Amino acid sequence: MAINSSSIPRIGHGFRLQWEEAQQAHVLLYPEGMVKLNGSAGEILTRCDGVSPVDAIVAALEQKFETTALEADVLSFLRIADERHWVEWS
Amino acid sequence: MNALLADAVPAPPAIGPPLWLLAELTYRCPLHCVFCYNPVDFARDETELSTDDWLRVLREARALGAVQCGFSGGEPMQRDDLEILVAEARRLGYYTNLLTSGIGLNEDRIGKLKQAGLDHIQLSFQDSTREVNDFLSSTRTFDLKRKAAALIKAHGYPMVMNCVIHRMNIDHIDRIIELAVELDAEYLELANTQFYSWAHINREHLLPTRGQLQAAEATTNRWREKLGARMKIFFVVPDYYETRPKKCMNGWGNVFLTITPDGTALPCHTARMLPGLAFPNVRDMGVREIWHHSEGFNRFRGTGWMKEPCRSCPERDVDLGGCRCQAYMLAQDPAAADPVCDKSPHHGLIVDIVEKAQQPRAPEVETKPLVFRNRKESKELARPF
Repeated sequence: MAINSSSIPRIGHGFRLQWEEAQQAHVLLYPEGMVKLNGSAGEILTRCDGVSPVDAIVAALEQKFETTALEADVLSFLRIADERHWVEWS
Repeated sequence: MNALLADAVPAPPAIGPPLWLLAELTYRCPLHCVFCYNPVDFARDETELSTDDWLRVLREARALGAVQCGFSGGEPMQRDDLEILVAEARRLGYYTNLLTSGIGLNEDRIGKLKQAGLDHIQLSFQDSTREVNDFLSSTRTFDLKRKAAALIKAHGYPMVMNCVIHRMNIDHIDRIIELAVELDAEYLELANTQFYSWAHINREHLLPTRGQLQAAEATTNRWREKLGARMKIFFVVPDYYETRPKKCMNGWGNVFLTITPDGTALPCHTARMLPGLAFPNVRDMGVREIWHHSEGFNRFRGTGWMKEPCRSCPERDVDLGGCRCQAYMLAQDPAAADPVCDKSPHHGLIVDIVEKAQQPRAPEVETKPLVFRNRKESKELARPF
């Protein structure tokens, strides 16, 4: 599907996102597997709540990290996440 | 001398968490599969951990950082407390996987498991046809499995269908994939038999020819193209057809922790066969102590235990010398290189076995019967593999 700034992502069916203390990282869990996420992937995916559109996620990240122009990076990550079924769209 | 040893033996690696906990709840099983990976002598000791023991194991392993929990067996549905264990595992934050034959999975039970928070069910088939499925498992279970598959989908679970592949069903692979499509599986594991335990006893019947294997891979690839993202198909090649060993269990004592029905803690589900290693029991020792300090878990960690040709091999960190059980079964030495590796002085054994598999079956193989996994055979054979 075409993913743009008004698309609304949520965590994919069968996946679970959680913080793992032992690994000091967010992880995505799925049947018999796990992806350990880096810091920025974790920051993006924790905001994929099925309510916030991409532009709101971008704004929240820009505010938190006191920066601008994150939209292209967020979109390109979400496209990869979409291919891997980590996210679905509301 | 000491200085030389210190120089030659690399420092032990940092020990990470046991990310994967495999809880083998019971060896009881309604099926009698000829390739079962449970120990051949499983009937030697049929004691099982109590519910409270399992709850403690779940908590202790989670505290160490375990995050994937597989409930397996035998047939885990045989335990009446499965729902209690799943609920606690889910509450603790595990991703909970049930590995089942589907026997005993009915509307009532799947409802309770769902309520307990079970995340995922992996359903095993033995073949795409009733005849072969029922023959290989020595049961009439094919229709029950189809019903279980429908229940799994109806309860909104992603479904991983697993089918163990070998000489007797590998030519049906097209139909097996078709069955997975019919059942709307998201993942299909076509796991070629590896030769441990009962499969080791039945090896001559189960090892496919090279031609069969190539045809099966080609068929699998055709389906992968056709299905795209709709279904993910894993095709696991039998070790015997490789020239480099697998990084067994992703490294000894690295990420996997198996607890057997009687509470023995193992770095993999077949390691109990290895001689001269004391594996601790969770009734005597805490999981943290077991994982970090027991002799059984430290013996083959990292690369310090290696002999030649592994010790000086540039690929030693890639495969960590392969599988200790395979080394023991084929080279009678758990610290030898896995004979799958063509650098192993024992690799000729694998070559001979594979070459023999290319022949039409020898008459003595035809007359040597398949051995089905059951308590009677287990007690009579009374050996670890």
